[in-house]
Amino acid sequence: MDITQSHSAPTPQALRIAKLQRIQDFLFHGITQFFALSVLIALMGILISLVINAWPALHTFGPGFFFSQEWDVVNGEFGGLIAIYGTVVTSLIALLIAVPLSFGIAVFLTELCPGPLRRPLGTAVELLAAVPSIIYGMFGLFIFAPLFAEYIQPALAATLGQVPGLGILFSGAFNGIGILCAGLILAMMILPFIASVMRDVFEIVPPVLKESAYGIGCTTWEVVKNVVLPYTKAGVIGGVMLGLGRALGETMAVTFVIGNAHRLSASLFAPGTSIASTLANEFGEAEAGNHLSSLFALGLALFIITFVVLACAKWMLNNMEKKQGLKT
Amino acid sequence: MNNTSNIDQGIFAKRKRANKIGLTLSMGAMLLGMIFLLWILSVLLFKGLSAIDLNLFTHSTPAPGSEGGGLANAIVGSLLLVGTCTFISTPIGVLAGLYLSEYGDRSRVAAVTRFVTDIMLSAPSIVIGLFVYAFVVAQARHFSGWAGTIALALIAIPVVVRTTENMLRLVPGSLREAAYALGTPKWKVAFKITLRAAQSGVMTGILLALARVSGETAPLLFTALNNQFFSTNMNAPMANLPVVIFQFAMSPYDNWVELAWGGALLITFAVLGLNILARVVFREKVQA
Amino acid sequence: MKSFLKKALVISAISLAPTAFAVDMTGAGATFPYPIYAKWAEAFKAKTGSNLNYQSIGSSGGIKQIKAKTVDFGATDNPVKFEDLEKDGMVQFPAIIGGVVPVINVDGVKPGEIKLDGPTLADIFQGIISDWGDKRIAIMNPGVKIPAGPITVVTRADGSGTTAIFTDYLAKTSTLFKDSVGSGANVKWPAATTVGGKGNEGVAANVTRVKNSVGYVEYAYAKKNKMTYISLKNKDGNFVAPDDLTFAAAAAGTDWAKIPGMGTFITNASGAKSWPITGASFILLYKNPENKVNAAEVIKFFEFAFKDGKKMAEELDYVPMPDATTDYIRKNVFTKVITK
Repeated sequence: MDITQSHSAPTPQALRIAKLQRIQDFLFHGITQFFALSVLIALMGILISLVINAWPALHTFGPGFFFSQEWDVVNGEFGGLIAIYGTVVTSLIALLIAVPLSFGIAVFLTELCPGPLRRPLGTAVELLAAVPSIIYGMFGLFIFAPLFAEYIQPALAATLGQVPGLGILFSGAFNGIGILCAGLILAMMILPFIASVMRDVFEIVPPVLKESAYGIGCTTWEVVKNVVLPYTKAGVIGGVMLGLGRALGETMAVTFVIGNAHRLSASLFAPGTSIASTLANEFGEAEAGNHLSSLFALGLALFIITFVVLACAKWMLNNMEKKQGLKT
Repeated sequence: MNNTSNIDQGIFAKRKRANKIGLTLSMGAMLLGMIFLLWILSVLLFKGLSAIDLNLFTHSTPAPGSEGGGLANAIVGSLLLVGTCTFISTPIGVLAGLYLSEYGDRSRVAAVTRFVTDIMLSAPSIVIGLFVYAFVVAQARHFSGWAGTIALALIAIPVVVRTTENMLRLVPGSLREAAYALGTPKWKVAFKITLRAAQSGVMTGILLALARVSGETAPLLFTALNNQFFSTNMNAPMANLPVVIFQFAMSPYDNWVELAWGGALLITFAVLGLNILARVVFREKVQA
Repeated sequence: MKSFLKKALVISAISLAPTAFAVDMTGAGATFPYPIYAKWAEAFKAKTGSNLNYQSIGSSGGIKQIKAKTVDFGATDNPVKFEDLEKDGMVQFPAIIGGVVPVINVDGVKPGEIKLDGPTLADIFQGIISDWGDKRIAIMNPGVKIPAGPITVVTRADGSGTTAIFTDYLAKTSTLFKDSVGSGANVKWPAATTVGGKGNEGVAANVTRVKNSVGYVEYAYAKKNKMTYISLKNKDGNFVAPDDLTFAAAAAGTDWAKIPGMGTFITNASGAKSWPITGASFILLYKNPENKVNAAEVIKFFEFAFKDGKKMAEELDYVPMPDATTDYIRKNVFTKVITK
């Protein structure tokens, strides 16, 4: 009897509840969409204001702005190449060092680490991420740079500097501060970010997958390479991108140790400048006109670089999923 | 029989070797990471501990050449700035993240928002500071704590949005479907099931954003500026730890440098404490 | 009873007066005078309760922020030309005098031990002399053991009045420097190994950390950091070391009243004991400010500094403005600012 009753028309009470829920869901959809939109609008507003403020410089100097080595405040001639070069090279150095190290740390924390040590060591890695970037700058200038100049730079010049072709990268005076030093400090800074994300993402792999691999006799390394890594590739790439983003935009840690010189040099020991350092040093005083507009143009350049990096990452992900047959 | 076992041995030995090399390298990487960590922390402790005493919390920043002093105004200022930033960015970020994860599969708006958020995640914090200077400070004709808060919120919101969305997506669809099957409306599913299941992850995301924002110097350089004196007036330049550290670290005055290291120690351990607290509290909640 | 109440009211009003009328002012600009401005602000707060919040962001920053009207006054060591002052409706006056000193980080060399002159210094900063073992340095310093090594030049990365003063001196003494580099708050330093620091503090920090480097800082920074400074040959041909006496000697001959806008460089001054790279730091105020209460308080602050702040300035090795000049400023500059 009850069963047939439930198939007849719904009770007024049920109708009322359903209507209320429809309204609540509509409100929920509306409110969350509003906040998502407001985030979108705020962020687009920043992008647009960047373009508007950069336009005078781009109009005056043309697209050649990004390839010009000039930075003459007195005569009003500006070009972005030096700052862009500094940003890109320091970030690349940072990634080259931080990504393999992070991977190793994440593997250690998820596969090798004895149980009771796992939490404290994981927290320890996150500790590094908690250190504000200005500390890295202070550490770099006061402690790392002198050691770098005293021991590491001569060692590099004596070994890698002797290799033909690579030699020019390690030439010049041993100042301590410079592009290589900034890259190393950046590596220390983004290491914990990438390592934590990789570790978090490795932990999410369902044990079932790993156990079946172990079950057929895979070594730990093979499990990591062939099961964990493919499963988590999106997260891993996301973590690397997060780290790269931090490195590209980092201001304080780099400003202390990059040397702040508007000069392009082939040597990694030479001082240079990055986009963020130039902005930090000169925005407070740049008067409206070519100088201020060029600074905004540099900010825009940084956005473009980040955009390109992100787009490449997404394209890579797409390709990988195609290979695996997930997409056609 | 002997032939197959020979081939097996050769391949197996190679695999074992590869395994050993890979794992040793991993352990080496971990050691290197730990060495850096211990190095930086010990430097921080060594130089900062001497500055930690009651004076640090009761006196304001000293003038150049004046002895003693503390960081009271900077500490209070930073707490105000970061606190108001959290109040602003948490609801906006979590709700936006909810939208992206619950409605984001079929919506064009969501796809574009996600993409723009990704870009903003990597935005240099100094550019955000410039934007807030141009829109808030220049228009209002004065530096203010509110400008600083807005700049910090603009940095924190993308982090919260992204991590919220990622954490919510990790919640198995079966949980949601079970709730829907019982007739739960979508908003209830979102708040009482999905968000609750992912709450430790979302909290971690908020704390990551907080951690990122507490140490940010560049966006405050041209917005909240800095203040030599104690002030809780958000409508005027506000002292804050990162800019004070920046200023004091490179100065020639010994007490300033000591205060800078002390402030650095404070920020680092405050953020660390937050991190640990979040993990402990939410791990307990999940288990209970 | 009534008279007692009246008295009590008056007394409480007087005791509350300083805090009741306490004003919060903001100023920004040069790092050159920052140590003394902050000291004065501390003393002013103790006396009147008003907070003068001075942020050292560099001279060019001070000019930009006062033009944008985001601060109550701007501070710059790079004086603004009279025509520009008139165009923007501002007044300018010198508040303090100090000296820029070249500092080095070379093993075994004591402060003041190395003696140089303007042209040689200019050549070092252009990279023409690029090694400490160069003959031209040795010739001027017989008997001083200077270990050879490539010179790293440390300059300012931000727009700086200290740079303006320093390059003004180099341009005055070396026509080669004047033609190839010029002078100003921001110049293109030609030396291959030029490193930039933010603010006077940044330069001081860099020179202290980098071996074989040379830079230029305001004297207070060199003294506090116990840095090795260079003795310079002044216009009269004597080698002098920097301190507030040699700065005062250099500034003694300046007739501030005769200069429209009061903006001038006092580098390479004549006088037997003059330090050749002396400079003044200036304050910029609007003639018709938007916030008149704050402007009035800023003027009160500088009157306090001129009268009661002399000892504090001397302790930090600055030279306070002479009374004749402060009288002139009071009569001719402060009166131009509309505060009601």
